[in-house]
Amino acid sequence: MAVINGQPEQVEGMTITSYLVEKGYDPARVAVEIGGEILPKIAYSRTVMNAEDSVEIVAFVGGG
Amino acid sequence: MISHDEWRAALDERFGRDLRTRMEAARVAVCGLGGLGSNISIALARSGIGTLHLIDFDRVDISNLNRQQYEIAQLGMEKTVALRETLTRIAPFCIVETETMRIREQDIPTLFEHDGIVCEAFDKPEAKAMLVQGVREHYPQTPIVSGSGMAGIGSANSIRTRRVSKNFYLCGDATSDVASGAGLAAPRVLACAAHEALTVMRLIAGEAEA
Repeated sequence: MAVINGQPEQVEGMTITSYLVEKGYDPARVAVEIGGEILPKIAYSRTVMNAEDSVEIVAFVGGG
Repeated sequence: MISHDEWRAALDERFGRDLRTRMEAARVAVCGLGGLGSNISIALARSGIGTLHLIDFDRVDISNLNRQQYEIAQLGMEKTVALRETLTRIAPFCIVETETMRIREQDIPTLFEHDGIVCEAFDKPEAKAMLVQGVREHYPQTPIVSGSGMAGIGSANSIRTRRVSKNFYLCGDATSDVASGAGLAAPRVLACAAHEALTVMRLIAGEAEA
């Protein structure tokens, strides 16, 4: 199973875009890293998650 | 006025010569000079950082005074100019380079060429995401320290530093959003700014873990 933000999840075959939509993330407010590397925004729709992936989705909130 | 050698000797006494020398050789970018950025800059300047690269487009407004390091007399001034003035009074040997601009995605590939570490200290979540994305893409070897989640007056114990990946550190509680109406209070914003500034110092000291 892929690990997303530290939790194992059944997401194999799913794209980053569809995962973000399903979980209600705003793509303009997130940074996504796979295996410790940043994923360019243009790659969200063509990047399919597989069982070995470790994914970090950082959703930023306002204030500073 | 004190001499640069007296300033150095005072810092040596606090941190030791090795860390003081590393701090003096470092150049750090601070993006956004609000509650996070103004406090990060002052903490780093007091700690003997060699060069600060300060970037903000905004002017000092009355609504900033509850948490940002500006004074009544500085209302209406560009934040870059006001903060430089304050830093010169606190830490005259810190080299302060300023750019009064709103950072756009296309500016990122050249803006941080000379910076060893970048601090994200913006207010808007879209701007935070844009900067972190750009720095991670264009400068994978440069650590970025970001702040997210410091609104309200919840316990400061929930504010922490997390190492998301090798060169990406995230400070804050990750959830308290100013959009919830909770407001921004100096003590909690300062706690987050302190996490960011300390992470910068730890990176300079070679203590890479969060």
